[in-house]
Amino acid sequence: MAVRPLLEVRGVDKSFGAVQVLRDVAMNVFPGEVTALVGDNGAGKSTLVKCISGIYPIDAGQVVFDGRPVTVSSPKDAAALGIEVVYQDLALCDNLDIVSNMFLGREKRSGIALDEATMEQMAHRTLASLSVRSVSLRQPAASLSGGERQTIAIAKAVLWNSRVVILDEPTAALGVAQTAQVLELVRRLADNGLGVVLISHNMNDVFAVSDRITALYLGRTAAQVRTSEVTHSQVVELITVGYTGSIGLLPDPGSYEGMGGRS
Amino acid sequence: MSVITPPGQAPDQQVVADAPPSDSYLKRLGNLQSVWILGVLLLIILAFSLAAGDKFLSTSNFSLISQNIAVWAVLGVGMTFVIITSGIDLSIGSVLVFSSVVAAKVMAASGGDSWGVAGLGILAAIASGVAWGVLNGFLVAKAKIPALIVTLGSLSIALGLAQVLTGGIDIRSVPEALTDFNTYVRILGVPALPFVALVVVVIGGIVLHKTKFGRYTYAIGSNELGARRVGINVDRHLIMVYALSGAMAGLGAVLALAQFGTTTIAGQSLTNLNVIAAVVIGGTSIFGGQGSIFGTVVGLFIPAVLQAGFVIIGVEAFWQGVAVGTVLVAAVYVDQSRRAAALRGASAPNPLLAMFRTRK
Ligand SMILES: Nc1ncnc2c1ncn2[C@@H]1O[C@H](COP(=O)(O)OP(=O)(O)O)[C@@H](O)[C@H]1O
Ligand SMILES: [Mg+2]
Repeated sequence: MAVRPLLEVRGVDKSFGAVQVLRDVAMNVFPGEVTALVGDNGAGKSTLVKCISGIYPIDAGQVVFDGRPVTVSSPKDAAALGIEVVYQDLALCDNLDIVSNMFLGREKRSGIALDEATMEQMAHRTLASLSVRSVSLRQPAASLSGGERQTIAIAKAVLWNSRVVILDEPTAALGVAQTAQVLELVRRLADNGLGVVLISHNMNDVFAVSDRITALYLGRTAAQVRTSEVTHSQVVELITVGYTGSIGLLPDPGSYEGMGGRS
Repeated sequence: MSVITPPGQAPDQQVVADAPPSDSYLKRLGNLQSVWILGVLLLIILAFSLAAGDKFLSTSNFSLISQNIAVWAVLGVGMTFVIITSGIDLSIGSVLVFSSVVAAKVMAASGGDSWGVAGLGILAAIASGVAWGVLNGFLVAKAKIPALIVTLGSLSIALGLAQVLTGGIDIRSVPEALTDFNTYVRILGVPALPFVALVVVVIGGIVLHKTKFGRYTYAIGSNELGARRVGINVDRHLIMVYALSGAMAGLGAVLALAQFGTTTIAGQSLTNLNVIAAVVIGGTSIFGGQGSIFGTVVGLFIPAVLQAGFVIIGVEAFWQGVAVGTVLVAAVYVDQSRRAAALRGASAPNPLLAMFRTRK
């Protein structure tokens, strides 16, 4: 059946000064699916995420959420739409405990005072629903392992009933077991109807959980494909040279530079 | 409500986040530097009590001690907020001087000894303090100049301007309403100035530990970028925190006027360092993200008690500096070791906590 994308990025350009980092980028994120966003270091993945979440303004193009063009000019706007981002450099506050981190910026209050009991309860329920083990709600984020930090960050998306969750390299610093755990959570988010964007360098991760793949090459969208329709090595080619076979940013026939990459 | 329903949950998977609150509370308490530094304070008090008996352990002695730290306690509230954001405010002593000069001028101009006149002076002092604080905060948050430099600059400027305004000569006309307030008034048995300081400390503690404002203060000190990412207006918050510190310096100016009956132009050159030392001794981390008002109060009592104790047992007061400096460095060393231990994932060895454990 034809499902409308939950989040569409259309023709987005982004420059930092003279350096154009994103050029006419497109990406579609469907509900109930994991869309892997892949690309070499510096391809612009993190920048695209920050454009979507309102950290950077976009120079041109459109972000369409649930069929409506939206302007996201701050992380608060993104959160209000239901877009939750788990950043590459995990933005947890080390000194704050788990509950405080999950509610940071969206605290529950009674009167002027923080309503710690309600927040603790909600956090507890969320973590329980994710069957998160072995953390105490009041332990500071500093004492969490990498996997636990990712889990808490992902749990925020669940807590806030987000509709789109974007995870920037969530498994980059994790061991095998923790990676599996995080990927399993990612899959479950999608199975529950959320639109999930997973940025990853790891082809195993990408093929393990994703339904679609969007490949960025030097700041441009090289391809949007179904994961089932491509092979590992095709994706690697998309990442490294921007095209594979007839898919992708086909090299300009006049330029032999592009052709040189193929053997 | 959560959107996730756990599929086929193994029974052992539900060991969630439900540590007995008493345990975790005790643990959190035991991990606080302010708690064991309180132990240090009690030890000091015990030692002097053994050495000097009733002369030390008297109401009048502690009344005097609390008089001596009242102004610093008020300044310490603002400084605690600032340092938790991983900032610093070196200007408080000078801002206090400037504000007291402005207040004294305003009160002299309106003339009289009534509370009405004093009220004008209080408003003027606090407004002047807030203005300096906003300026500091703006330069730190918006112009991105390091807080150390900004407040070193305003330290110099505020003191310089206070001297320009007065020709360097203290203004001695303070309405009697203010000086009498200090000399004669007792509230619930507590002398007026310490009582005011106590109220400020309690309100400061509530704001820091129980409100969004306080939570954001910790968040910014802990991870400024993270705070921005969740949509906290970090710049505005920093400006408010420095404004708070300025306001406290303004209020401190009023208390100092009441206490001494004169501006104290030459008398506040070490105020900033003394207050910072107290805040740090009390467990507020200069790296930001951690600290408490309670700790600051304990940190203020340590030098004050040492001073009073040394006087009573006849040790030269010079030793106070030696003792306070030692406590300061030791406190920060212990704080850092704890941090390093926490980073290694081990729960920091904690004498207090160990005590509680073995008792159980
Ligand atoms: N704030 C910034 N200012 C200037 N250049 C930036 C900024 N952020 C990213 N870039 C540049 O944009 C390019 C893409 O970076 P990034 O989005 O982090 O790539 P990726 O996440 O795909 O590795 C890089 O060349 C990087 O140097
Ligand atoms: Mg990146």
